Amino acid sequence: MSFFKSIFEKPWNYQGDDPNYGGLEIGEGLHPKRIALRMFLAVVFVIFMLFIVAYFIRMELEDWSPMPESNLLWVNTLLLFICSVIMQWTRAAARKSLAQSVKYGMVAAGAFTLAFVYGQVSAWEEMNNAGYYLASNPANSFFYVLTGLHGLHILGGLWVWTRSTFKVLSGAEVKAVKLSVELCSVYWHFLLLVWLVIFALLSYT
Amino acid sequence: MSYIPIADQKEEMHDPHSFVAKYVWSMDHKVIAIQYGTIAVGVGLVALVLSALMRLQLGYPDTFAFIDPAEYYQYVTMHGMIMVVYMLTALFLGGFGNYLIPLQIGARDMVFPFLNMLSVWVYLLSVIILMASFFVSGGPTGAGWTLYPPQAITEGTPGADMGIVLMLASLAVFIVAFTMGGLNYVTTVLQARTRGMTLMRMPLSVWGIFVATILGLFAFPALFVSAIMMTFDKLLGTSFFMPAMVSIGETLEHTGGSPVLFQHLFWFFGHPEVYIVALPAFGLVSDVLSCHARKNIFGYRMMVWAIVAIGGLSFIVWAHHMYVSGMNPYFGFFFAFTTLIIAVPTAIKVYNWVLTLWEGNIRLTVPMLFACGFIFTFLHGGLTGIFLGNVTVDLPLSDTYFVIAHFHMVMGVSPVMVLFASIYHWFPKMSGKMFNVTLGKIHFWATFFGTYAIYLPMHYLGFLGVPRRYYSMGTTEFLPESANALNANITLAAIWVAVFQLVFIFNIIWSLWKGKKCDGNPWEATSLEWQTPENPPAHGNWGPELPTVYRWAYEYSVPGVKADFVPQNIAPEDVETVDGKPYVGHED
Repeated sequence: MSFFKSIFEKPWNYQGDDPNYGGLEIGEGLHPKRIALRMFLAVVFVIFMLFIVAYFIRMELEDWSPMPESNLLWVNTLLLFICSVIMQWTRAAARKSLAQSVKYGMVAAGAFTLAFVYGQVSAWEEMNNAGYYLASNPANSFFYVLTGLHGLHILGGLWVWTRSTFKVLSGAEVKAVKLSVELCSVYWHFLLLVWLVIFALLSYT
Repeated sequence: MSYIPIADQKEEMHDPHSFVAKYVWSMDHKVIAIQYGTIAVGVGLVALVLSALMRLQLGYPDTFAFIDPAEYYQYVTMHGMIMVVYMLTALFLGGFGNYLIPLQIGARDMVFPFLNMLSVWVYLLSVIILMASFFVSGGPTGAGWTLYPPQAITEGTPGADMGIVLMLASLAVFIVAFTMGGLNYVTTVLQARTRGMTLMRMPLSVWGIFVATILGLFAFPALFVSAIMMTFDKLLGTSFFMPAMVSIGETLEHTGGSPVLFQHLFWFFGHPEVYIVALPAFGLVSDVLSCHARKNIFGYRMMVWAIVAIGGLSFIVWAHHMYVSGMNPYFGFFFAFTTLIIAVPTAIKVYNWVLTLWEGNIRLTVPMLFACGFIFTFLHGGLTGIFLGNVTVDLPLSDTYFVIAHFHMVMGVSPVMVLFASIYHWFPKMSGKMFNVTLGKIHFWATFFGTYAIYLPMHYLGFLGVPRRYYSMGTTEFLPESANALNANITLAAIWVAVFQLVFIFNIIWSLWKGKKCDGNPWEATSLEWQTPENPPAHGNWGPELPTVYRWAYEYSVPGVKADFVPQNIAPEDVETVDGKPYVGHED
């Protein structure tokens, strides 16, 4: 039953004594963790969106001077893209219960993610060494805050990744980690998506 | 039926045995609810004392040497922020949300009990950080609860050093706590409803809490974002919000930031926040009114739709808080329009409450008194909102006591009326004891008349042009002497109300200790939480079997049925009818 259909239901009428009346509505068959993750990502999405709105408004003011582009960011984007692909591959492997592939996949995804984080920190250093300090221009401030927040978001994901990978490496059954692998992959796709938006924003303005 | 195992996660129940696991590090939603509630009431009392101090200064200026202007502003700021965020939001969603969601939808607990426990402790942390700001050098921030830059973080404002930083940190921590709780409430409502509990059979309390939680999840990020940017401006010298300015003869490092940007972000949170507080109140009061009027809630579907509509509209009205900040007249028109539109679903709700009372079999219990008190104060505050929603009326009134009167009526007194109604209504369920009715009635009448004595005259003062936010009026020629006399009387009324809250506290503590034991359903209510096998409900709520729901939660005074209420979980064949025929309900 769809959400809209169900809110037109007249609950005061006699519905028969079928206790399964109405049954499931929204989120049918979804594990609660899947719903919670999607809600959480929606919240994170709102946070980034508000930053981006603030970015556009602040950009219009006089003292804004755009930062130069760093080529390193292209490399980082590639790294994060690879992470996302590996995660998807691992998820498929988990569905097919391929324990060995899940192991390799999780470790590789983690390694590429760490490489991405390292790359981002290097980009910060590069900018800082070139004299683009955090407080010297609002464009710089937004660059550091947006990339920093995205980095924090990644670290949050890595925490969950650590727990699942630890389970995988200590020989847990694939069945036991299937859900966390799936959730990790959703999280990583979201990370990539957010990064692409931020990167586009930083590059084209 | 994949939802039954989720609702009935017996294997994940972790039955607690030691005292600490049961009452301190508890994952039971009922204990967590009471922890949330206790912290919120405790911090609310601090805010109550602050408001009394504030009123002492306003009613009797130049009398109390220990209140200097800086302290006055700190009282104002902390009173506002504590009441709105740390008291009302936490008590409605953390307290009643936690207690009622699983019980009213027939679940054993929240779907993520550990996250729930984490939520209450992180909330406590945020309160501790906030309270710590009273003890740092410079004291808490005195920037007003809206924390507008540039003054909030500029020298000269009380608490512009550590106070504001702690405030921003505390808010960020609170938002983390709220998000953990909020994900839980939403997922639980969606996934853990028991057999037969369709969305449209949920009591309105759950609907109100559910929609308010969704609002919170999407509105608090705006506060989070602005808190981060303001912290950067304060500590790291960025200029997100800080314009180029000269402060106390010194040119600051900041350049070109936009204070109005902060205002937009703040109110994008701030306005939905009003409804984060109001929607649970709407829901809870509907259940209280229907139960004590022994009548089904009038227009149940309308009530649900109105909750959802108000929730949606609340995101597109925020700039009506900023008419005096200056804006394009077309914007002003747009926001005035949306603001007045929101009066439509709200009015539907008020009519429905009144129509629920109409020809009901009203029992004037203590919760019912408070619920009726809510209808008065909410209608009153809502009507002045229509004044202030119009740009041309708002401009002259914006900086006067009229605004104080409006928002205290609509989102101070009214939600508090519902809180008291709900605490008295569910107290027998939470504690298994009955409160003292006489003390409850004294509490109601003193609070109801007392708050009117505070806020009704403020409307008049507002029309006279008495400015708000002032530490003292000084020699203000346009104000007659009588305005000052009125102000002094308001202070007396405020102290009267504050003192009578002690009656409430005493009643609760005394009843917990010595109150008469009561059975599980003293109000003869229909919703599931009153049908638990034990009172108060034990860990896991329902004994071996989850309840099955056969009808909505408002089956009161049904023709042909012996009792004047039919609980949600009684099978149709078990309902005793007058003529002995099976009970089949009614068709519209």
